[in-house]
Amino acid sequence: MFLHVTELSARYGRIPVLNGIELQVAAGEFVGVLGHNGMGKTTLLRTLMGFVPAQRGRIAFDDVDVTREPPYARARRGLGYVPQGREIFPGLSVRDNLRMGFAGRGVDERIDAILETFPRLTPLLNRRGGALSGGEQQLLAIARCLAGQPKMILFDEPTEGIQPSIIEELVVVLRQLHQRQGLTILLVEQNLEFIAELAQRVLLIQKGTILRELRPKELRQADVLNEFVGVGTDAG
Amino acid sequence: MLISVGLAIVFGMMRVINLAHGEFLMLGGYAAIVATNHGVNIWIAMLLVAPIVVGIIGVIAERLIIRVLYGRMIDTLLATWGLSLFFIGLVTTIFGNTVNGIGAPLGGIAVGRYSISLYRLVLVGIAAAILVAIYVVLRTTRLGLLARGTMENPNMAAALGVSPPRVYAATFGVGAALTGLAGGLLAPISGVLPTVGAAYVAKAFITVISGGTAIMAGTASAASLFGTVNQLLTYLTTPVIGEAGLLAAAILLLRVLPHGITGKLFRGSL
Repeated sequence: MFLHVTELSARYGRIPVLNGIELQVAAGEFVGVLGHNGMGKTTLLRTLMGFVPAQRGRIAFDDVDVTREPPYARARRGLGYVPQGREIFPGLSVRDNLRMGFAGRGVDERIDAILETFPRLTPLLNRRGGALSGGEQQLLAIARCLAGQPKMILFDEPTEGIQPSIIEELVVVLRQLHQRQGLTILLVEQNLEFIAELAQRVLLIQKGTILRELRPKELRQADVLNEFVGVGTDAG
Repeated sequence: MLISVGLAIVFGMMRVINLAHGEFLMLGGYAAIVATNHGVNIWIAMLLVAPIVVGIIGVIAERLIIRVLYGRMIDTLLATWGLSLFFIGLVTTIFGNTVNGIGAPLGGIAVGRYSISLYRLVLVGIAAAILVAIYVVLRTTRLGLLARGTMENPNMAAALGVSPPRVYAATFGVGAALTGLAGGLLAPISGVLPTVGAAYVAKAFITVISGGTAIMAGTASAASLFGTVNQLLTYLTTPVIGEAGLLAAAILLLRVLPHGITGKLFRGSL
């Protein structure tokens, strides 16, 4: 398994957030994690990246135990992260945001290659990151992550606060990253349409525990939605 | 400007209130004096020995003390105050509480009835060159980019494979080295004694705070403004009035521009 999480527990202060998470993602797989607010989705990704320390359990990435490694060491192993809220460097230009993700020679060639996937960013290269719209920032956050050539990317609610036209663009981009570039992806979302469109399998998280695994088409069944997600059938 | 530029990096970029800033300046002065007294060329002593010695001291201080106090302003303030007292005590023990100095190189040039120290003119050029060099490093090099990005969002920088502890240590070290350089360059003009830092640290903080968020444009513009006010009033009246005028100008400026000069002007600049 490319990402193998065993009995992972984490807490904020004395409040437990993750309770014995079991999670496996194979190389080249696209896995979605679905759940309500406050169920531990973001904390799961932040713990996988090393921003929240694991109280218990083990995180193995690419057959290496990274449980005690700092975030930058995990990133250097090829674990990419596109956080909730994008976290663009607002004072840096779009070009410099992209350069932050890459530490080697040939940075301009790398940026040119990335811009082929994100042509919308090309005319914005010299604009400050903080001056972009939410959708443009989301594209930049993904492009910046790709600049580091990750083996796997953790996406935290990329559709949050994004206009529908950009969400459609995100579907195309993420599918392309998965199918053409063979990237392994773990996507945390609340947008049922989006996750059903992209993920090969979906994990339902509740109170910090993986409750059940579903096929994407099951997400469209009314009884499943009502039982596990608690929303209506209009999700498609 | 020379005195403030190191603080602009440590306080302006890293938001670390380093009360030992004046002592870094003092250590740079002593490093230059000791090196010169041991036969090192005065230019090498001022331009290389002083910044290297103080830069190393800065990195050690960051690793041992500052690192565990990021985000804890009061604790940092107390710790660096303690550090400043330690340096003053240490240097007093070694060199005594007397003024040490080295002769200014280059002599003077006569302009009509007046004589101007050539070294002071060269200092103006060096200060401008340092400012340009820092701008170029921050704007065009990978080190500068990593420093700017990490100071904006250390967690996101870490998620991209950048080690924030290393960037912090390097940035603090560069800030300390620049302060040491200023100390070395000022040693021939003002002489050095263990408590000399106190005379400069307040002015440095006033300049950086009045400059605002853009560390280079802010520091340069505030230093130019306050330097002009100070020198003009000193020339027209007395040095005491010159100092008072500088403080009054700073108070007035911060009253009109609470976010400093670059909070209103030169926005978006470095």
